[in-house]
Amino acid sequence: MALSVREYRARIKSTESMKKITRAMELIAASRIIKAQQRAQAAAPYARELTRAVSAVATFSNVDHALTLEPENPKKAAILIVTSDRGLAGAYSSSVLKEAERLIEKLRGEGKDVDIYTSGRKAEAYFKFRQRPVAQSWTGFSDQPTYDVAAEIGATLIETFLAEEGDDVAAVDEVHVVYTRFRSMLNQEPTAVRLLPLEVVEGTEPPEEGDLLPLYEFEPSPSDVLDSLLPRYVQSRIFFALLQAAASELAARQKAMKAATDNADELIKKYKRIANQARQAGITQEISEIVGGVNALADAQAGSE
Amino acid sequence: MAESTDKVLQVELVAADRLVWSGQATMVIARTTEGDVGILPNHAPLLSSIIEGVVDVQTVEGETWIAAVDAGFLSVADNRVSILSERAEMSHEIDLEKARQDLERAKGAGENDDAAQEAVRRAEARVRAAERAS
Repeated sequence: MALSVREYRARIKSTESMKKITRAMELIAASRIIKAQQRAQAAAPYARELTRAVSAVATFSNVDHALTLEPENPKKAAILIVTSDRGLAGAYSSSVLKEAERLIEKLRGEGKDVDIYTSGRKAEAYFKFRQRPVAQSWTGFSDQPTYDVAAEIGATLIETFLAEEGDDVAAVDEVHVVYTRFRSMLNQEPTAVRLLPLEVVEGTEPPEEGDLLPLYEFEPSPSDVLDSLLPRYVQSRIFFALLQAAASELAARQKAMKAATDNADELIKKYKRIANQARQAGITQEISEIVGGVNALADAQAGSE
Repeated sequence: MAESTDKVLQVELVAADRLVWSGQATMVIARTTEGDVGILPNHAPLLSSIIEGVVDVQTVEGETWIAAVDAGFLSVADNRVSILSERAEMSHEIDLEKARQDLERAKGAGENDDAAQEAVRRAEARVRAAERAS
């Protein structure tokens, strides 16, 4: 009980104002998360229709496209890591980065060089601090991504994928994305998926052997349609990842801030107890001093009589 | 398939971040890279690239909906029409004055590359959609 009552009061006060801040952040995150989920839902029809169109082309025509071709001997991979711009979201960013490190290790183990692309200031700072090269980074939109950003990221990644050896941009043979999938308010998990080369699996069932294919008309031609369809498909997948990451970030922040508010409560309770004890101890000491003084006085008087 | 659904088109106009319009229609007109195309019920399966322009939808109730869209796709199968575009706006969502100003600006920029021409086409489509609706 080294501190005085006054110092404990000051601590209680500062903890209380901290609690107010974390509580406000919790409420803000909680209100934004609903909007983020709505945005993710609103983007779903586009992704669904696009997937349907892509699988229609893939099923009903025999066109190969550069974006779907598996390179025979992949030597270089690009990774897009989606993190947040701001902290105070618990382990959100660090668990994505951990997942990314695992993927990098795995790809290196397969003998591939890895180029890193990041989204969000946290990932940028992480690699800068460790002085590891980052090919390109995008920041400033992590809690409400727009389609334009996704389109820009998609265009960059597609360009690197399609680039040949010796071009200006670094050519890669694979593109992976690491982001946090939003499962529920309580559960978000970091996931790594391969974006390119594309694998189109969902959607229209392939026709049975011997069935006549419905005659799809392609205007202007199957390969032209595919040419403009596939990049958009890639961009919409990236947009989906960004939206999921935004919802996850907000959920993680809400959870972290809730824990911080609870901890502040705990701390205030503890400090209040100690402060009361200190106050009580002071009073007890004063009383015993007075009683001691009175006794001494009485003793002295009794001695003199 | 039931008799009633044979006669109408199930239309969905989708932008990248939202569903702009969905409903039943008797005819859809859109501008593809090859020219305008009109879709009636029981159209053969079609997948086509569309360019910046105006999409015209005649609903079953006889109303006409007009929307301005960016480059994207038109897909038709089993009387389902989906129009996909990164950006799409219904005509009543467009501010005509602002759209006109945008068009002036896009034309006034005077650049002649692909991006500038695309911007002009996009602005023109928005003005056309808003004008036809009013």
